[in-house]
Amino acid sequence: MKPRSATVRIAAGQGFWGDWLEAPYRQVTGGPVDYLMMDYLAEVTMSILQKQKSRDPSLGYAKDFIPLMERILPIVAERRIKITANAGGVNPRGCAQAVAEVARRLRLSGKLRIGVVTGDDLLGRLDGLLARGHELRNLDTNQRLADVRDRVVSANAYLGAWPVVDALRRGADVVVTGRVTDTGLTLAPMIHAFGWRPDAWDLLAAGTVAGHTIECGAQCSGGNCLVDWERIPDLANVGYPIVEAAPDGTFEITKHPGTGGRISVAGVTEQLVYEMGNPGEYITPDCIADFTTIRLEQHGKDRVRVSGVRGRPATDKLKVSIGYFYGYKAVGTLVYAWPDAYQKAQAADRILRQRLADLGLKFESVLTEFVGADATHGPLARASAPLDQLPEVQLRIGVRSPDRAAVDRFTREIAPLILNGPPSVTGFAGGRPKPEEIVAYWPALLDKGMVEPCVEVVDV
Amino acid sequence: MKKADRKRSVPLLELAHARSGDKGDTANVGLIALKPEYYPILVKHVTAARVARHFKGMISGPVERYELPNLHALNFLLHGALDGGGTISLKTDAQGKVFSTALLRLELELPK
Repeated sequence: MKPRSATVRIAAGQGFWGDWLEAPYRQVTGGPVDYLMMDYLAEVTMSILQKQKSRDPSLGYAKDFIPLMERILPIVAERRIKITANAGGVNPRGCAQAVAEVARRLRLSGKLRIGVVTGDDLLGRLDGLLARGHELRNLDTNQRLADVRDRVVSANAYLGAWPVVDALRRGADVVVTGRVTDTGLTLAPMIHAFGWRPDAWDLLAAGTVAGHTIECGAQCSGGNCLVDWERIPDLANVGYPIVEAAPDGTFEITKHPGTGGRISVAGVTEQLVYEMGNPGEYITPDCIADFTTIRLEQHGKDRVRVSGVRGRPATDKLKVSIGYFYGYKAVGTLVYAWPDAYQKAQAADRILRQRLADLGLKFESVLTEFVGADATHGPLARASAPLDQLPEVQLRIGVRSPDRAAVDRFTREIAPLILNGPPSVTGFAGGRPKPEEIVAYWPALLDKGMVEPCVEVVDV
Repeated sequence: MKKADRKRSVPLLELAHARSGDKGDTANVGLIALKPEYYPILVKHVTAARVARHFKGMISGPVERYELPNLHALNFLLHGALDGGGTISLKTDAQGKVFSTALLRLELELPK
C-alpha cells in the first residue's frame, strides 16, 4: 500500500453540466493538485440524458466530458492527477468507452486505468421493486409512485463515496460514475488517501462538508457572492476552489495563485447555506453531517480553514431521483416601452387572458410576470419601485397544461398582440415560443440493501 | 414621548447578506450576519413568523427557520415558493435564486 500523504489537494472543475469549459484545464495546469472533481448532474439532468439514450443507445452521458478529456488527459496522465466525475449520467460504460478511445488516440495506452461506477440505474427494476412493496412515495407530496408509474422516464439511486473509493483502490486514474452524489466525488479521494473507516462519522462528515463547499465550483470562490461583490477582483479569471484536506478531517479552501475571485469566510458561508435544509442533519449515503458544528476562519489571503465538523451514522435508506412526464409548458414574451410601459404590459396581459378564455383553452396554470417591475421580487418590488416611469417592461406569460394542443394554441396568441394590442411594443425577434415537454422530479427513498453498486476498472 | 419614536427602521440589507436556492417547490434562504454582533439581532427579530408576513402573497406554504450560531446564520425554508419548482415552474426565478435579496428588503424596527 502506498504511504499515506500528509495532505491531499482536490480541485473542483465543474459545478454543473454547462459550467465554464476553461475551469478544469486551469485547475490542472495552474498549480499542484492531486484530484480533479467534476459534478455534472442536477436533479433533472438524468431524465434529459435518458431521453438521449432512448434515441441512441451509445449516448446518455455528458457529451462535453469527452472533448474536455481530450484536452486534459495528457496533462493529468503526466502529473498523475486523478479524476472523479459523475459525467456518466445514465450510460457510464458508454462514457468510459468514449474516454478510452480518446486516451488511445492520445497514445496513453498502458498509462491510464478507467473506473466505472454503475448500479444506480433503477429504471429496469422499478416494477419489481414496486411489486415487492417498495412504494417509492414522493418525499414532498407522499404520493405513491404507482400513481405515475406509466409516465416514469428515469429512476436513479444516489450512490455515495464508497464505490468511487473502490475504483480508486483498484488503481483507476479516471473514475466515471452515474448518479453518485456531488459530495461523494470529493469525499472519496479523502477516504482513499487517508484510509478513513466506514464508521469514522466525523471524518466522513468533514469530507462531505468539503464536497458541499466546492460542488458548485466558483460559487465559493467569489462567484455569485453578494458580500462586497463590486470589489471581488478579476472574476474574468476566477479561480475555482481547491480543498486541501488533512487526515484529521480539517481542511482549507483555497485556489491557485494568480487567479481572480476571492476565498473569504463570508463567501464560503454563503455556499455552505446554499440549498440547505435542516443544517443539523445534512443526509448523504455516507453519513449525516451536522452543519451547526462547522468552524470557519480566515487563514491568510484566499484561504479559509474549516474544522470542528461532527457527523452521525448514515441512514439505512438511499435517495432516489425519479423523472416522470408531467405535461407541457410554453413561455411568451413581449417588450413595452415608455411612456406607460407597465400599464401597457398589464393591458396586453388582460387582453391575452381574455382571448385564451374565449377560445375555451384549459390550463393548469397561467403565470404573468412583468420583467423590470416585479418578476423576481413580486409584490415586495411593486411596493417600492416607481412603476409609472419605467423605461420598458417585458411582459412574460407562461402556461402549463396536460393538453399539448392548448399550449400550442397559446404560442400563436402572442404575436398578434404586436399589431392588435397596446402600442409601443417590440422584442418579438425570437419568433413563436415552442411548447416544451415537462419532465418533473420525484424524490423518494429506498432501502439501501436494494441497491448494489457495481465497480469495474479497465486498462486503456 | 410615544413608543414609536424610540424605534428606528433598519433595512436587513445593512445587517446581513444571503444566498438562496431550491429543493423541489421549497426555496431556502441562508441569511448571514455581516458582523458577528448582528447575529443576535437577526435571531430576535427575523423570526419565521416575520418572514412569512414579509413573503405573504409570494409563497403558499409555511416558513421554517433553523439557527447556525457557528456561522452567524439563519436558514429559512419557504415552502410552496416556486410554482411547483424545477421544470414544472413557470417563474423566471424557478430555482429561487433571488429570494435571497427579496428577504433583504425586510425593514426591522430596532430600538434607537
